Amino acid sequence: MAILEVKNIKKTFGKVQVLKGVDFSMYEGEVLSVIGSSGSGKTTLLRCINFLERADEGCIYLDGELLFDGSVHSKASPKEIRAKQLNFGLVFQDFNLFPQYTVLENVTLAPKLLAKEREDYKENKKQILEEIEENAKSIIDRVGLTEKLDNYPCQLSGGQKQRVSIARALALRPRILFFDEPTSALDPELTGEILRVIKQLASEHVTMVIVTHEIGFARNVSDRIIFMADGVVLEEGTPEDVIDNPKHERTKAFLSKLDNK
Amino acid sequence: MEFWKVTLSLLDGLQNTCMIFALTLVLALPLGLVISFGSMSKFKPLAYLVKTFVWIIRGVPLMLQVIILFYVPGFLIGRPILSRFSSVIAAFVINYACYFSEIYRGGIESITKGQYEAGQVLGMTKTQVFFKVVLMQVVKRVLAPMGNEVITLVKDTALARVIMIVEVIQAAQNFASYGLMWPLFYTAVFYLAFVGLLTLLFNYLEKKLDYYKG
Repeated sequence: MAILEVKNIKKTFGKVQVLKGVDFSMYEGEVLSVIGSSGSGKTTLLRCINFLERADEGCIYLDGELLFDGSVHSKASPKEIRAKQLNFGLVFQDFNLFPQYTVLENVTLAPKLLAKEREDYKENKKQILEEIEENAKSIIDRVGLTEKLDNYPCQLSGGQKQRVSIARALALRPRILFFDEPTSALDPELTGEILRVIKQLASEHVTMVIVTHEIGFARNVSDRIIFMADGVVLEEGTPEDVIDNPKHERTKAFLSKLDNK
Repeated sequence: MEFWKVTLSLLDGLQNTCMIFALTLVLALPLGLVISFGSMSKFKPLAYLVKTFVWIIRGVPLMLQVIILFYVPGFLIGRPILSRFSSVIAAFVINYACYFSEIYRGGIESITKGQYEAGQVLGMTKTQVFFKVVLMQVVKRVLAPMGNEVITLVKDTALARVIMIVEVIQAAQNFASYGLMWPLFYTAVFYLAFVGLLTLLFNYLEKKLDYYKG
């Protein structure tokens, strides 16, 4: 069964229909890349799935269970949305680290706040907090920043910041980790370290959706690729299908434009 | 001897100056935050109401507000409601809360949407995002303009004398009415010392928050 199923998602901002009915699904442990030119709706799609925007129409299923239904107009309570949101992790293009906290604090802040809602929090407070710190440290180690634990974001390079934000998202153990153009705000020489981390996660079978302009990387790391244009999915398939043998004219035009760069 | 007598009188007045200063700060700092939330409210009628209120309070001289709060309720009801001192505190708190609210608003609105969204996707509640993520960054950003405003407050306390509160200037004025002028100029020393201390305090706070950027 698909872990994530997105059906007929539509979203309009003012007079512009950004998403015109997007469908896709993915399986556990899969890496799915979403490519397409700017304005094709890739980022809006991620934001709708992550509850940062509310889709006007369409459904989202997680493990076959309905997570979101755009036709239901009664608003879900913030608490319900929060619980649903926690199934997903999101890594932003421009990191959005919390500047006043150290690397370790950035990663532990949300888990510590969530732990307060646990029923056994008062009894086992010390143990719970220790577990959170240990977990955070091991994740920070996975992204190779152990020596930066007590540094502040302003003391890190762009690539290091993005690795912290990946660690921060992983600390909540999301079912699916989403990346919104994770290397677009980075200098070219820094993109490699992020792509290496994502590759490592892929080898550990973390389920990921990656919106990216790094076509070479997408081909390399993805199990499947989606090509979006004008708010719809035009082409979908293995990297060999979509990138090496594109069928649609728009896909060909998009890829050849990138080749010429 | 005369110098000590004058100094003691002025110190006596300084007590009122300090009381007005401290009470205004303690009450106006949180009230300003409430007003800033009002002016940023998504419920438009509330936002406009609060903005109009801020316009009126910032548009009318503080001295006039002190006079109004002390005399007008008395005229309407026939007897004074607020004591002289309470009227001054009420007028100062409302006035400064409005100024503070605009400084807070500037600080809060300068925090990028990304900070809120990052908190949201990490499962934080709106309250948690505000207090754990946004507030400290706002404090850092508003520190310099707040320092300015707080220093202005020190000197604005002198306005209390329009309804016969004996603060430092009024204490000196009492000597001036007997022809002794120098105490009036001497008051500047008190203000300078007060503001000097505050400047040191704000420098210290800025240094304290200097450990991060952004």
